[in-house]
Amino acid sequence: MGAVLRAIVEPGFFASPVVRAAVELGGAVTVVAALVGVFTVLRGQSFAAEAVGDIGASGGSSAFLVGAGPLAGFVAFSAAAATVLELIGVQRARGRDVATGIVLGLGFGLTALFLYLASSRESASGATATILFGSIFAIPATALPLVLLLGGTAVLLLAVIYRPLLLVSISPELAAARGISARLVGFAYLLALATAVALAAETIGAILSTALVVGPAASALRLTSRPARALLAAALIGLACTWGGLLLAWDSYYWPPLHHGWPASFFIVALVVLSYLLAGAWTHRPGRGR
Amino acid sequence: MFSGTMPDAWIVGTMVAVVGGAIGFFVVLRGAAFAAHAIPSGSFAGAAGATLVGVSTLLGLGLFAVLGAFGIAGLSHRGRRDVGTALALVLLLGLGALFVSLSAEPASSIFALLFGEVLAVGRGELLPTAALTAVCLAALATLWRPLLLASALPEAVVGARAVTLDLAFLLLVALATTMTVPVVGTTLIFSVLVAPAATARSLAGTPGRALSLSVITALAIVWSATALAYLTEWPIGFFVGSLGAAAFLAARLGTSPARAGGSRRGSRSSAAQS
Repeated sequence: MGAVLRAIVEPGFFASPVVRAAVELGGAVTVVAALVGVFTVLRGQSFAAEAVGDIGASGGSSAFLVGAGPLAGFVAFSAAAATVLELIGVQRARGRDVATGIVLGLGFGLTALFLYLASSRESASGATATILFGSIFAIPATALPLVLLLGGTAVLLLAVIYRPLLLVSISPELAAARGISARLVGFAYLLALATAVALAAETIGAILSTALVVGPAASALRLTSRPARALLAAALIGLACTWGGLLLAWDSYYWPPLHHGWPASFFIVALVVLSYLLAGAWTHRPGRGR
Repeated sequence: MFSGTMPDAWIVGTMVAVVGGAIGFFVVLRGAAFAAHAIPSGSFAGAAGATLVGVSTLLGLGLFAVLGAFGIAGLSHRGRRDVGTALALVLLLGLGALFVSLSAEPASSIFALLFGEVLAVGRGELLPTAALTAVCLAALATLWRPLLLASALPEAVVGARAVTLDLAFLLLVALATTMTVPVVGTTLIFSVLVAPAATARSLAGTPGRALSLSVITALAIVWSATALAYLTEWPIGFFVGSLGAAAFLAARLGTSPARAGGSRRGSRSSAAQS
């Protein structure tokens, strides 16, 4: 039994301070992303989540230009992107996809420019990789208060708008009849989404942050249609994916071919997609009347 | 601006604009901008994988673009389209992160694929790009009528035929991706696929007119961006992205007062007469 456990959890996993920081920060970010993600999936705004994350990457790269930390840039640019998305009307289903696409194209253009300006001033090929793919093991433990503050803000915002947001997302007509402003609620939600995406981008990289927002929430919504249960399930699935991914990444230091470890992002994303497929198989399993 | 290897850059840029503008017409009509983002971005992983195992980048790009198309169709099955697209994208990018990490190559050469460099186009890339352009346009011409019907009237085409046409459309995007990514990068093709067609859609009424206007807008954007990138030495992706957004915004601002004043068709024909 002990030998089996040793094979699964390589020695030192729980003793390493790097791992502890990754487990704590990764856990906090994952829960925030999963909670916010439930509404992203309900509202069909996965593309907005992806776009806000990618545009946050220009923030990350420009913060790097002025010497600020990437997290500040991520948050500022993600919030700006959410505002622009709101202004050009991503709330309306028709044309939302294209409008998001235009904003994303502009964001990519700015990212290209900022990365170019950054790399022409100093050697930044490593910075490019860090901004886009992140490195969960490279986060200093001192970032925990900031992450908790931002994550707490996003969750608090979500809690405040929870009931109207749910109504607007599920039955816009009923919400309108009750005098709820879909625009205001939608904008507040986009800000919560931007904060969550910026945090996730910091942990597993700008491009892969979509996985933590969309994946666990989509799996949870396949298993249950009750909002409260979906929120809980999303948080648990997200934690399982992130912590499982960290564990596998730690184990992989002893794997071929290079013995320098496989990226944690890869394992987290693989587990996220696996959970989505398993949730689908569970829902559509034979013998269930659906 | 027209000497040295620059003629090649102009020719390749023109081909990219024609294919992007034409296929973009369907991307916008079908509301598939997310797929048009996911397939090129995901194909980046293929390029990284090709570097790892030592085969041609084009092969890796093509394989992963097609994988992306099937992944989107497969993961969207019995689920939400945007969720399926997002998960297909992150899965491919996760593989990309793995390939980059396993590869002994310096990552910077792979990251060049993200933002591309049309000014660095070599003579050797001219012929494959031209061949793939021809294939793309031929496939588009073949699929034109059924795809137009399925996209404009989704209720009219249902069942297995709709699934087949959807997959055909995604594979068309994958084909365009394979041809353009090595030349212009995963981000530029996205701007070329969405912005010109979206601009054209808010200006033109009939499908034929929207298609030609989309191609013309794409050409104008890519040509101006190439010239500006050459003059300033800034990355071309920046100019394509911002010019595309500017064109879309101008078209939207230009049409919205007219739309508020009366029927869209009436305002359009009066604008055409003036």
